[in-house]
Amino acid sequence: MNMTLIGTTLAALLTIAVYSFLYKDNPFYKFAEHLVVGVSAGYYLVIYYYNFIDPTVVSPVFRLRIGGDAILLGGVDWWMALIPGLLGLILYARFFPKIGWVSRWALGIYVGGYSGLGIAPVMQARVLDQIRGGALPVHALHTGQGWTNLLLVVGLLGTLTYFFFSLKHKGVLGGLARIGIVFIMVGFGASFGYTVMSRVSLLIGRMNFLLHDWLRIV
Amino acid sequence: MNRLGKFLQIDRRWIFLAILIAVLAPFIWPMGLPIVITKPVQDLYNAVDAIPPNGEPLFISIDYSPSTVPELDPMALAILRHAFSKDIRVAVLTLDPAGYGLAERALEAVAAEFGKERHKDYVFLGFQPGISAVVLGMGINIRNVFPEDAYGTPLSEVPMMEGIRNYDQIPLLITLSGTAVVEAWVIYAHQPYDAQIGAGVTAVMATDYYPFLDTGQLVGMLGGMRGAAEYETLIDRHDAGVRGMDSQSVIHILIIVLIVVGNIAYFGSRKRAPETAGGDAAA
Repeated sequence: MNMTLIGTTLAALLTIAVYSFLYKDNPFYKFAEHLVVGVSAGYYLVIYYYNFIDPTVVSPVFRLRIGGDAILLGGVDWWMALIPGLLGLILYARFFPKIGWVSRWALGIYVGGYSGLGIAPVMQARVLDQIRGGALPVHALHTGQGWTNLLLVVGLLGTLTYFFFSLKHKGVLGGLARIGIVFIMVGFGASFGYTVMSRVSLLIGRMNFLLHDWLRIV
Repeated sequence: MNRLGKFLQIDRRWIFLAILIAVLAPFIWPMGLPIVITKPVQDLYNAVDAIPPNGEPLFISIDYSPSTVPELDPMALAILRHAFSKDIRVAVLTLDPAGYGLAERALEAVAAEFGKERHKDYVFLGFQPGISAVVLGMGINIRNVFPEDAYGTPLSEVPMMEGIRNYDQIPLLITLSGTAVVEAWVIYAHQPYDAQIGAGVTAVMATDYYPFLDTGQLVGMLGGMRGAAEYETLIDRHDAGVRGMDSQSVIHILIIVLIVVGNIAYFGSRKRAPETAGGDAAA
């Protein structure tokens, strides 16, 4: 019996153990659940250390190497590895109440940096480009695309109106808001359909694993 | 309690059993329902197909964990098979720590299928945390973010990475994810650097990303197992995606029936409830 078969059989038994919960809670399910938590914690630790902490902090600071290239002790690259490393380390000051406030420095730099990096491209991607995408020509109603564009623009305006709360929803505004509700409901329906598809796919995936990879009967 | 009311009280384990049968039956008796190719899938296929062989590499970011493997693994395998069958070089990375093993497994398996050579035809860059920082960093210099590949070889010693500095030398980057990582690639790679981004996402995330297709922020998209099945059809290599689609269709029909019957039972039993209540009050 080779290691692949042992691994596949073990995974298959764990899959069955997890699904046994659908009948009722039992020790096999509990065992599988705890195993996932424990293995995940160990796995994440090893992956983070060898893929990130070692090459970007430990190696440059202590072994004076970045990706095979030698660096100078006290040089720019050395400081660029040491300072973020120290900032990361002081995040753990929260575990010591007396010096817990130090962790806010690292957190402040982290939040500030990410905000600075994010605001402009997020505005561009999520707002400006979407406005551009919503500004469609609706005059060519002799084509299918023209009607599609009209539907999209009406849906967009209706949905935006529904979330406009500064005026009472009556008259034209109320009509548009009601159209908006229809589009929102269609959106929820599409999301629900896709969610069902996604969840069912997980079950199909496990059945495919059991029947194809493990038992090899399909 | 009337019949409709009794239906609402059904032990849900009967529904679980019905779902199980609906999944298993098409595996044993496949129906071969037709798979129609949708535009977002065709667009992504065309974008991969247009990459010149043995030139600048296709980047694939395996940004998913085991919980979404059934939907995203078939996509990864299909795209890798497409690329290697066209002699397109491939660089794989992951921004999800749990994706490390999955990425390595998929890449090595398909590379072996096509007899591809590590560092000449493909490279595995491994995992880096800090999603937006990594995506932005790759726009300046990939070596700043991935100084070496996943096995410790400096990128300067990887022949296929020669001359590959940033997104300007990446014809297409495909992210496979069940999370908002796709958005990070759009925001931090497409917007500032005009990188060409394609996506493979879980079905539950697909509706979130359709707006990015209309604006051209994504060149194409695979949505859920259905998207994987379409891509497998395009490359004419049926695998887990196509195999699962019959079950998917049967379960959808079953769920529609359950929703309809459940609603009839609910409204039917609710209609009768006031009469009973009125009767009790009169008594």
